[in-house]
Amino acid sequence: MEDKILLAHGGGGKLAHDLVEKSFVRTLANPLLDKLDDSAVFEVSGKLAFTTDSYVVSPMFFPGGDIGKLAVCGTVNDLAMSGAKPLYLSLAFIIEEGLLLSELEKIVNSVRAAAGEAGVEIVTGDTKVVPRGSADRLFINTAGVGVIAEGVDITGDKAQPGDKVILSGAIGDHGIAVMSQREGLSFATTLKSDCAPLGGLVADMLKVSQNINCLRDPTRGGLASTLNELAGQSKVSIRIEEKDIPVREEVLGACEMLGFDPLYIANEGRLVAIVPAGDADKIIKAMKKNKYGRDAVIIGEVVAKPAGRVVMKTVLGAYRIVDMLVGDLLPRIC
Amino acid sequence: MKYITEFRRSELAEGLISHIKRSSKTPARFMEFCGGHTVTIFRYGIRQVLPQNIEMVSGPGCPICVTANADLDKAFALAQIPDVIIATFGDMLKVPGSRSSLQKIKAEGAGVMTVYSTMDALKAAEDNPDKPVVFLGIGFETTAPTVAASILQAEERGIKNYYVLSLHKLCPPVIRALLDAGEVELGGLVCPGHVSTIIGSHPWEFIANEYGIPCVVSGFEPLDILQCVDMLVEQVEKGQSKVEIAYRRGVRPEGNRQALKLMEQVFEPCPARWRGMGEVADSGLKLREKYRRFDAEANFELKPGPVAEPAGCICGDILRGVKKPADCPLFGKVCLPESPVGPCMVSSEGSCSAYYLYGEGRGG
Repeated sequence: MEDKILLAHGGGGKLAHDLVEKSFVRTLANPLLDKLDDSAVFEVSGKLAFTTDSYVVSPMFFPGGDIGKLAVCGTVNDLAMSGAKPLYLSLAFIIEEGLLLSELEKIVNSVRAAAGEAGVEIVTGDTKVVPRGSADRLFINTAGVGVIAEGVDITGDKAQPGDKVILSGAIGDHGIAVMSQREGLSFATTLKSDCAPLGGLVADMLKVSQNINCLRDPTRGGLASTLNELAGQSKVSIRIEEKDIPVREEVLGACEMLGFDPLYIANEGRLVAIVPAGDADKIIKAMKKNKYGRDAVIIGEVVAKPAGRVVMKTVLGAYRIVDMLVGDLLPRIC
Repeated sequence: MKYITEFRRSELAEGLISHIKRSSKTPARFMEFCGGHTVTIFRYGIRQVLPQNIEMVSGPGCPICVTANADLDKAFALAQIPDVIIATFGDMLKVPGSRSSLQKIKAEGAGVMTVYSTMDALKAAEDNPDKPVVFLGIGFETTAPTVAASILQAEERGIKNYYVLSLHKLCPPVIRALLDAGEVELGGLVCPGHVSTIIGSHPWEFIANEYGIPCVVSGFEPLDILQCVDMLVEQVEKGQSKVEIAYRRGVRPEGNRQALKLMEQVFEPCPARWRGMGEVADSGLKLREKYRRFDAEANFELKPGPVAEPAGCICGDILRGVKKPADCPLFGKVCLPESPVGPCMVSSEGSCSAYYLYGEGRGG
């Protein structure tokens, strides 16, 4: 029989020690983690960005990623969206007893790969095991810190009339890829989640312009909700053009089948940037050289009124409001 | 051929729009019966691009919206019976009845599960042999055949704990009732696309022949609707009234014979209650006597309690095409997508939801 996680793995005894040692520390090794002290101790200088997130995606494995990769990318991206260079992450695992050890190892390996690509280290962690039924297989909680370079000031309330709105690539891949694997709904698709760490892309953008006003990754709630948040925080209106928003044919097809609008589907490796019009072209050029920004495109602009509202010019040349997502479209996609 | 982007091409839309503008001379009011069409019309801003001659009004074609509170209450009463598992399509969860919603009942501990097909509901019955699983059969001719198929499957596989609460509704009889009431004068009807994939275009003939109203069956992409409007305008200008299909990739005049056969085998017509329209003869479907043991109404004692309607809500008038969402004092103020008062704001195909989400009557 395959090895499974038992309640005792979270008990603090020998089994727990071995699990931490073999499954986590060995795979994620780095000087700060290897010390196994109660806290990771390190020095930083400059402005610090600090974030936290939890991951409960179901299923844990999906085309293009798994919960481990998602946890690293999601946390790294939250830091990157503040213009920070992501440095260190914490990882806490809440495991339902019975999880296959091989599955856990696969996920920790994904964590390592994603952290390696993102240039971050997992410096502290925790493991809890809960009885069957108290969690759904595996939940991950993270925290992350990064540093923000001098002169960089990116927040959601800085969008100005006249700014351009940039989108880094096609929308909806992650949400639909996860959806395609869900029990009771599984459908065949070649689509993969766009899940990716965007720290490098943001660094490339900042190299050519320090004037980026807003950055945000359109995760839950999709592009529509992100643009509404930014319009609301900045008290401006955002006008977008439907024909300019890249959506893959597979995503459109799945959305038609399920009755969704791609504007509301989650992404895990895309970003929206609001930048001064004069800097837009060079930022797009820099983004296109990065593999996660290859399809970067201007999708609209910021205008003064009506404040807080997102308006889209449809393919027919008419205008309609693009509202926030209300309620829950796709449960547990991240 | 692609089936989505091809039907959203702006240059083709421009051609159709200018053709409609050139040919439309007579003012006409067209009703899109189906909520799916209403959504496309608002999502793409079709009303804005049509000439002023043409007024589009939304009809009662949203199965959730037209389900009367008395029937919703029955479903909720079923959900409250211990051990009963209600299997339903997700869009039913938030719909308020007289006192509650499935979402609330579920939070209180009732067995409510969301399914994506009737076969999932059947599987739930198989997986929980000691619990009755009741599928909420809400929908038009489009959904009824799949429910019929699930009942036949249950019979074949000897599944004894599967039930259906049949609240299905039929479209042609309610359109007749709407026209007979004479409250809205129509110059053309955008006939429902998905319903017609099942029943075909023949069942709409009476509208063209007896009422002299042009009918065109439409698909759900913006180009489908524009083509449909173009064909309706042509009939109006030529003084014709006939049934045409602008959705040939989905609809045949005779419909889907296999699906119709399944429906006929399991269901028979019965009177049905429609929100805003009251009881309409032969506009519902009930299980035939032979399948009585799958009929939730026949097998459970339901005590739904007195029916209450939300004060001030004009969903009924909106469903008849007599009033528009913006005419409702609650619309956009008390009744919002996050706190809906009436079903037309809850359902993704409801007129109020489409008006609100896509900005009609909200300015900006």
